Amino acid sequence: MKKFEITAQKDTRSGFGAGLLEAARLDERVVGLCADLTGSLMMDAFQKEYPHRFFQAGIAEANMMGLASGLAIGGKIPFTGTFANFSTGRVYDQIRQSIAYSHKNVKICASHAGLTLGEDGATHQILEDIGLMKMLPGMTVINPCDYNQTKAATLAIAKYYGPVYLRFGRPKWPVFTPENQVFEIGKALMLSEGADVSIFATGHLVWKAIQAGEILAEKGISAEIINIHTIKPLDGEAVLNSARKTRCVVTAEEHQINGGLGDSIAQILARNLPTPVEMVAVMDSFGESGKPEELLTKYHLDTSDVVAAAERAITRKI
Amino acid sequence: MDSTQLQVMATQVRRDILRQVYNVQSGHPGGSLGLADYFTALFFHFMKHNPSAFSMEANNEDVFILSNGHVSPVYYSVLARSGYFPVSELNTFRLINSRLQGHPATHEGLPGIRVATGSLGQGLSVAAGIALSKKLNKDDRTIYVVTGDGELQEGQIWEAVMYAAHNKLDNMLVAVDFNGQQIDGSITDIMGFDEIGSKFASFGWEVMYMDGNNMDEILTTVPQAQSKLGHGKPVVIIMKTEMGQGVDFMMGTHAWHGKAPNAEQFEKAMAQLPVTELGDF
Repeated sequence: MKKFEITAQKDTRSGFGAGLLEAARLDERVVGLCADLTGSLMMDAFQKEYPHRFFQAGIAEANMMGLASGLAIGGKIPFTGTFANFSTGRVYDQIRQSIAYSHKNVKICASHAGLTLGEDGATHQILEDIGLMKMLPGMTVINPCDYNQTKAATLAIAKYYGPVYLRFGRPKWPVFTPENQVFEIGKALMLSEGADVSIFATGHLVWKAIQAGEILAEKGISAEIINIHTIKPLDGEAVLNSARKTRCVVTAEEHQINGGLGDSIAQILARNLPTPVEMVAVMDSFGESGKPEELLTKYHLDTSDVVAAAERAITRKI
Repeated sequence: MDSTQLQVMATQVRRDILRQVYNVQSGHPGGSLGLADYFTALFFHFMKHNPSAFSMEANNEDVFILSNGHVSPVYYSVLARSGYFPVSELNTFRLINSRLQGHPATHEGLPGIRVATGSLGQGLSVAAGIALSKKLNKDDRTIYVVTGDGELQEGQIWEAVMYAAHNKLDNMLVAVDFNGQQIDGSITDIMGFDEIGSKFASFGWEVMYMDGNNMDEILTTVPQAQSKLGHGKPVVIIMKTEMGQGVDFMMGTHAWHGKAPNAEQFEKAMAQLPVTELGDF
């Protein structure tokens, strides 16, 4: 098992804020919109440096999505910012018609995704957003794992033409990927090669998967850890290559079991290479208030859950 | 075009609307007929646009956004007649493999369409976004928008109304198609407002009124509305129209909102709209 060094503890939303500012410096077409959550989205620095390219939409997310579509028609590269709940479910039809079906170059940037926003509770903890967004034809769905990767992803989507959903979170989280990395949309990242079980993880759960890999190694199990930062388009080749080698799979995500990364992986395996799959995800329930780590434990998204899933997957090998 | 020429074009547009809807026995003739005069005036008289070389970004061009996308027959007719695509393509309205989808869409690449509309309440927000981009680009052309009156029941409309006023989007000229009808009946019965203009005014819009089925009145009122642009407020024209205008048995009722005429009704309707030298598609 490859060793990973934690270089800092930072929130992924700050990676978005830093990436947006840099993207704006590189391309004057980049504009930002926010629905009354500028500080939470870490868009302040962008707003300060480019006040005329920042649009305060107020608490009116549906209108914000329309504004973004219109700005894209005018040749701009709009980045919308609000919580994941208000970036997806609240404005699904606006995204569907004005952005996805109309193929507008809008970047829907969503913070506070998943359980780890913590104390605010289930009204704000959306666990369905990946599913909602990946179902839209032509929508790219990205869920980076740490600060550095979120910053790199933000820069990458500014250069890509087409609608994108970029999902990130609130808590400070281990930073272990390189600074100034090149982010390739749709390319899975091999973190550690292994022979016994493939663990495909996305977002915050990538770190949990790495920790699980270390524990599995102590038990003599060689886990292959792959970071699926882009859920759509999915790197099917990477999934199949790994599954062909290990013959059993674990998926790990901070999302409902329905509609998330696990579904996508299971689909590609079922169609090409039927393989046992164990899923670490929220089991068809809403979240609740609590501290991020407490919630991950209670809803079985912790390191020990990934370890247990890997052991179950191995026993199911055909 | 002068008023007489525009009225001939509007008659041809009405013939196009009926033929499109009759051909596929599907579509929305009532509202389309009511809007034929205003659409004709915009596309053949008021708007500076470049139909032969359609550009999505529309730099230094006026932009038109149709928010109530179900009146696609009138939109397709004026787009084709002004040169965005061949008039003969109107034959493909709502057919499989057509660029002329039931509701306007960009997906099939039809020139002249900049965003899909049909799910109501979204077009005004998109238009406001285009207005922002024109201001950023120091492009002083105008964004023309048409919304339905029933469509004003959508909450998103009022988000956009509030946004446009607060942000002084004085490069937008919106016309509300006030025909008083929606699918289930009259607006007044469903969820009505006696007076629309005062609501826009209270949000800070410049409000005007116009008979949208009187070409001479359109030709005098729209320039007045244009002269109010650029003074810190978006402008709305509450435009009274008659659903089914031009075909007597389609007027004064919501029955033809989304219904196609049968053969006999079609003949009877076409007989009320004189053949023009422009020719049918």
